[in-house]
Amino acid sequence: MDKAMLKVRNLHASVEGKQILNGLDLEVNAGEVHAIMGPNGSGKSTLASVIAGREGYEVTDGQVLYRGRDLLELEPEERACEGIFLAFQYPVEIPGVNNTYFLRAALNAQRKYRGEPELDSMQFLKLIRGKLEILHISDDLMHRAVNEGFSGGEKKRNEIFQMAVLEPALAILDETDSGLDIDALKLVAEGVNRQRSPDRAMIVVTHYQRLLEYIVPDRVHVLSGGRIAASGDADLALKLEEEGYSWLAEGGIQALEGAETGSGGAGAAAGA
Amino acid sequence: MNSDQITVDTSSVDRFVQQKYKHGFVTDIESETVPPGLNEETVRWISARKGEPEWLTEWRLQAYRNWLTMQAPDWAHLKIEPIDFQAISYFSAPKSDKDRPQSLDEVDPKLLETYDKLGVPLHERARLAGVAVDAVFDSVSVGTTFREELKKAGVIFCSFSEAVRDYPELVRQHLGTVVPPRDNFFAALNSAVFSDGSFVYIPRGVRCPMELSTYFRINAAETGQFERTLIIAEDKSYVSYLEGCTAPMRDENQLHAAVVELVALEDAEIKYSTVQNWYPGDEEGKGGIYNFVTKRGMCRGDRSKISWTQVETGSAITWKYPSCVLRGERSVGEFYSVALTNNFQQADTGTKMIHIGRDTRSKIISKGISAGRGQNAYRGLVRVAKTAKNARNFTQCDSMLIGKRCGAHTFPYIEVGNPTAKVEHEATTSRIGEDQLFYCLQRGISEEDAVSMIVDGFCKQVFRELPMEFAVEAKALLEVSLEGAVG
Repeated sequence: MDKAMLKVRNLHASVEGKQILNGLDLEVNAGEVHAIMGPNGSGKSTLASVIAGREGYEVTDGQVLYRGRDLLELEPEERACEGIFLAFQYPVEIPGVNNTYFLRAALNAQRKYRGEPELDSMQFLKLIRGKLEILHISDDLMHRAVNEGFSGGEKKRNEIFQMAVLEPALAILDETDSGLDIDALKLVAEGVNRQRSPDRAMIVVTHYQRLLEYIVPDRVHVLSGGRIAASGDADLALKLEEEGYSWLAEGGIQALEGAETGSGGAGAAAGA
Repeated sequence: MNSDQITVDTSSVDRFVQQKYKHGFVTDIESETVPPGLNEETVRWISARKGEPEWLTEWRLQAYRNWLTMQAPDWAHLKIEPIDFQAISYFSAPKSDKDRPQSLDEVDPKLLETYDKLGVPLHERARLAGVAVDAVFDSVSVGTTFREELKKAGVIFCSFSEAVRDYPELVRQHLGTVVPPRDNFFAALNSAVFSDGSFVYIPRGVRCPMELSTYFRINAAETGQFERTLIIAEDKSYVSYLEGCTAPMRDENQLHAAVVELVALEDAEIKYSTVQNWYPGDEEGKGGIYNFVTKRGMCRGDRSKISWTQVETGSAITWKYPSCVLRGERSVGEFYSVALTNNFQQADTGTKMIHIGRDTRSKIISKGISAGRGQNAYRGLVRVAKTAKNARNFTQCDSMLIGKRCGAHTFPYIEVGNPTAKVEHEATTSRIGEDQLFYCLQRGISEEDAVSMIVDGFCKQVFRELPMEFAVEAKALLEVSLEGAVG
């Protein structure tokens, strides 16, 4: 079987009639961590939303294959049950719905989909106990309503905790570092790193290189104007950090020594 | 639990989608029904048939004469076809009324079967949950359980007719003191023609040993039902009363105009919970119950407390404002409400908190959910009289819209006559969050389960005020009522 977990080919997508992705190509294998970087508005979060199947994101051209299947054919909840997890940039509050109850409902929905028996609350508590400690999630947090009144750091830790419990095959972390102080960032990174495994692929979407000091990626892609403008190894992120994103607009990809250029010219897409 | 009962299993939503109104069936017991129409003769006939004393007949007639001078209210945010009050029959009773069964064993098995179909296995439920059930079938009570145990505690829990016969002085002393016969059009109508209902009396210092529960049911075609309930809690007493309703499927709209009066004396507390599931009409808005109810509690004694909790999912039209008159010093009134309208249902519901005594407090938590083409209005009055020094009110009024063709409306009225009063009002309206929905979906939860989870969370503040068993029922009802609302 093809070892590629995710294959994105020539992906074009629009939101409210506005074209955001313009022929994006990306291939992620099991066991790899890919970082997607790029300036605001380059389409990073749109890519995450399209893969997760968010309503309102229209794919106008191209293809997304997940484990050899046409991902775009699946409903969002089917994608989740097939092992795709999105750690939200802005985790959503659901007043009155207990955090533990919510996560158990999610896990059981996925287990049911896979034909596994559902867990009762005792079994579930046993399962989550160890994972709670790693992310410093207090009992109090589990007894509150989903994300309601959580601090920024608590919300992000809760996302990674959910990921640890749901054990996805493909995890997409959308700006998980935004709004975190350095201690919270380390905690989240530690939680993520523990979940790296040969069977799991991760896509880490971030604006800053800072997160990648703690979650060291196998590949780094720079998104600009809705397509991959450059790809490289972890060093690419460092270079970006030094030089900023402004060079993208000037078509200065080649200035990045050692970086491979994307399939298209960045200058052509930079106006988007 | 009986297998007929609705269980709270979110995976069962699919089953509900296929399911029409669950309680839509008619028991073919011959009814003794008065011909349609209303005049003084009808009123006298009802009173005579029930063997009522002269004073009550007169009381009814006076109410009838008042009613003749009154107009049906038109201020509510409701679209109502004119009701022909002469086309309605004002009394129907199972034929065996004269020798009514003295225990459940003597109850017509067919009736018991009806309750079973409704998921109210009288004997089983009573035994398992320790709940006394005064079941009203059409207009006459057919069975009361646990009366013996209640009797030991000195609690009176019986049908209204029995109360008139056995405790006439108590009835006469309190009847109409909270909701006067001329209070409003529908209360006047009820006062003239009320058929039966429940009567509760908790003596001084007694904490009622069990939840008291009544299941109402409308049965005979073209028959309006006019329940009358009176609950009296003497000094330092406590009672929790549960009311639940279902109705069989009908094409004609059925009129229902109940009156509930609560009297709480010094340090007494009354908790009144309703889960209302009358037939709401079909997907096109055809059929369904018209529900015009007057419910009011009087905190007559100092430090008394009255709490209304309601979950309204049924009826084509709901016009209902369970209210508290806070006369005693430091008395407390509470109103917790979930009202759901789907398809073509309309609800105009809320409360009135009338502060008269000093240091009186009231709390209003209202949750309105609109789906389909449902129209949901909250209408609430907080009035602080000159005498109500240091009165406090807190009102929270939240509306949730599911879909784009429904409506939510809020009409708060605040009248403050004392400068030391503090009145707070918070209101929110939200469309069921696409963000919330997507968050659930992305975790693998189906759309139906997600909606029911979000709605349940939205209602949590109210549900937790309900007795456990009722809360479970209420949650299940919301799920059934919202079926097909999304997608």
